[in-house]
Amino acid sequence: MLRSVLLATALSALTLGAAQAQTAVKIGVLGDRSGVYSDISGEGSVVAARLAVEDFAKLDPSVKVEIVSADHQNKPDVGAALARQWYDRDGVDMVIDGVTSSVALAINQVTREKNKAFIDTGAGTADLTGPQCTPNTVHWVYDTVALANGTGGAMVKRGGDTWFFLTADYVFGQTLQRDTSTVVTKNGGKVVGSVKTPFPTADFSSFLLQAQGSGAKVIGLANAGGDTINAIKQAGEFGITEGGQALAGLLVFSSDVYSLGTKVAQGLVLTEPFYWDLTDGTRAFSDRFAKQMNGRKPTANHAGVYAGILHYLKAAAALKDVKDGAKTVAKMKEMPTDDPLFGKGTIRVDGRKIHDMYLFEVKKPAESKGPWDLYKTLATIPGNEVFRPLNEGGCPLVKG
Amino acid sequence: MTTIFGVPTQALFGQLLLGLINGSFYAILSLGLAIIFGLLNIINFAHGALYMMGAFVAWMLLTYLGLGYWWALGLAPLVVGLFGILLERFLIARLYKLDHLYGLLLTFGLALIIQGLFRNQYGVSGLPYAIPAELSGGQRLPFMFLPNYRAWVVVASLTVCLATWLVIEKTKLGAYLRAATENPTLVQAFGVNVPLFLTLTYGFGVALAGFAGVLAAPIYSVNPNMGADIIIVVFAVVVIGGMGSILGSVITGFALGLVEGLTKVFYPEASATVIFVIMVLVLLVKPAGLFGRTA
Repeated sequence: MLRSVLLATALSALTLGAAQAQTAVKIGVLGDRSGVYSDISGEGSVVAARLAVEDFAKLDPSVKVEIVSADHQNKPDVGAALARQWYDRDGVDMVIDGVTSSVALAINQVTREKNKAFIDTGAGTADLTGPQCTPNTVHWVYDTVALANGTGGAMVKRGGDTWFFLTADYVFGQTLQRDTSTVVTKNGGKVVGSVKTPFPTADFSSFLLQAQGSGAKVIGLANAGGDTINAIKQAGEFGITEGGQALAGLLVFSSDVYSLGTKVAQGLVLTEPFYWDLTDGTRAFSDRFAKQMNGRKPTANHAGVYAGILHYLKAAAALKDVKDGAKTVAKMKEMPTDDPLFGKGTIRVDGRKIHDMYLFEVKKPAESKGPWDLYKTLATIPGNEVFRPLNEGGCPLVKG
Repeated sequence: MTTIFGVPTQALFGQLLLGLINGSFYAILSLGLAIIFGLLNIINFAHGALYMMGAFVAWMLLTYLGLGYWWALGLAPLVVGLFGILLERFLIARLYKLDHLYGLLLTFGLALIIQGLFRNQYGVSGLPYAIPAELSGGQRLPFMFLPNYRAWVVVASLTVCLATWLVIEKTKLGAYLRAATENPTLVQAFGVNVPLFLTLTYGFGVALAGFAGVLAAPIYSVNPNMGADIIIVVFAVVVIGGMGSILGSVITGFALGLVEGLTKVFYPEASATVIFVIMVLVLLVKPAGLFGRTA
C-alpha cells in the first residue's frame, strides 16, 4: 500500500516537476489503517489526500506535494512516535486525519513542540480547541459539543424531552453523555436514567430492556463504531422504535449506517457535517473517491482530509514556505475557507473550523434507491450555533 | 410490585431470559472447544475466527448466491467444517507430538491471518444481515418483549448441544471417540483409524463454531472482529467448566450467561469482567474446573 502511495506521489511529482516547482510540502496522513476506525479513516484518507493534491495542482502548479501515510493503531504512544519521526527525520510539514481522541491529543502536543501543523479531521474531543488548543492545530470536521448540540437540541425540539443514555464506559462515552445531557436540560428536557456499558459490548439487549423500561422518549447512544451498530441492530429486534421510543445516535458515520442497512437503521436521527449526496460538488468528489475505493462513499472524515489539505495548500501557496507550522496555521485562519465539500467557512482563533452541520434522518427502505442512499436532511444547523461559543472552551489563545 | 434488591422481579425475569440466550452462544462455542481439546489436545484459538467465518459465509451465500438464512444454517457449518479439516490435515496434525503451546501459537496465528484477510476485503464496520422473515417479530410476554429470533437461538443451540452430547455419550461412534481421548494408541491397536477420527472431530468442532456464527449474524454486527471479542469469554467458560468436559462446557455456558445477565442489572460496568472473576475463584478452589477430572 505504502508503495502505491509513494508511486502515485512520485508520478505527480514528475508531472509537477515540469512546471517549475517552488514550494515543497510534505503531508503525513496518520490514521487507523487496520483497527475499528479503519473504515472511517484508513486507506480512504490517503485516497482523499491524493484527490486534494490532484485538484490543487490544477489550481496552482507551483506547490510540489508529497504524501506519506502510516497506521497509528489507535495507540497514543504509537501516534506520537510516528509524528515525531516524521517531523524530525522525514521532513513532514503537516499531519492530517488523527482519528481517535487520545491519539489526536498526543499528536497535538508533538506538533506544537516541533512547530509543525496538525489538521485533525477524525477525532471527536472538543478539548483540541478547548484547554488543549495550540497555535499549530486546526480541528476540521466535528467535535463532541457540536454532536450534542446538533442531535441533542434537535431531538428535544421535536418532542423528545425525556432521555435515557446507553453510555460506553470510557472517557469518550462519558464526555458525550455529559455534553448531551447539558444540551437536553438547557432545552427543557430531562434525563431519566443511564447505563454504563462495558467497551466493547456485543449484546445490548439487557441494556435496551432497561432503557425500554425507563419509559424515556429518546434513547441516546453515547458510543461509537461497533457498539453503536450492535445497539441499533438489537433495538430494532426488540421492537424499541416500533414501541414509540426514538434512537439518537450521538456519533454515527455514514459507513456505520451503510453497514446496518436502511431496514435496521431507518428513522435514526444523527448529526454530520458531510454526506456524499448533498450537492453537485459532494457528488462529483464522492464518485471519484468511490472509483478508487471499491465503490465505497467517503465519510465525513475523508471529506475533511480533502478539504483540509486543499486549504492548507492554499496557505502554503500564499506563504511560499511552510517550515514554520504556527505561521502556516495562522495564515489558514486568516484566509476564509471555500471548498466543494463544506462550502464557505472560517477557522477560528482557537483552531475550530466553522461550517454548517446537518441533522439527518436515515431513510426507510422504500425511500432508499440504493445501498448508499441513506439520509434525508431534516435541518441545516448554522455553524455559529452548532459549535461551542469561542469564549466557553477555555482555550488560552482566546483573549478576554 | 415485588422487588429483589430494588429491581422489580418482572425485569429480573427478562434479564434472566436474555442471559440464557447469550449463554446459548457460549455453550455452543465452548462445546466445540471442549471436544477439540478433549480429543486433539489442541487449544483452538482459531475458534473465534471460524465463528466469524460462519457469519460471513452466511452473508456471502445471501449476497452472491441469493441463498437465505435456512440454507446458510446448513451450508455455512459445512463450509467452515471443510475449511477446518484442511487446516487440521495440513497444519495442526503436525503438532500433536509437541507441547500444547505450539498448537496454541499456531491457531492464534491462524486466527490473526483469517481476521486480517476478512478485514482487508470487507472493512471493519460490518455487513448487514437481516433476521429471516419467518422469525421476525416477537411475543409480548408478561415481563418482556421476546423477539422470536432469540427464542429460536435458544431452541436451536439447546438442540445441537443435546444432540452432540447424545452422540458422544450414547452411540458407538461416541464410545470410540471417548476411548480415543483416553488412550489413542490402544484404540488404534483395535483397528480404529485414529488420525481420521481426529480430523473429523476437528472439522465437527469448528462446524459448531460456524453454526454459532450463522445464529449470530442477524443479531450481532457481522464484522471481522466479532470472533476475537467473544473467544476470550468462551475460553474462560471452558476453563470454568473444566477443559475437555463436554457436558460441563454446555452447562457452564448457559449458567455463565445467566450470571452475566444478572450482573447487567445490578452492576452493568462489571458485566464484561464477572466471568473472569468467577474463573479466578473456580481455579483457586477447583483447579480442574467445575466438571473437570483431576489428572
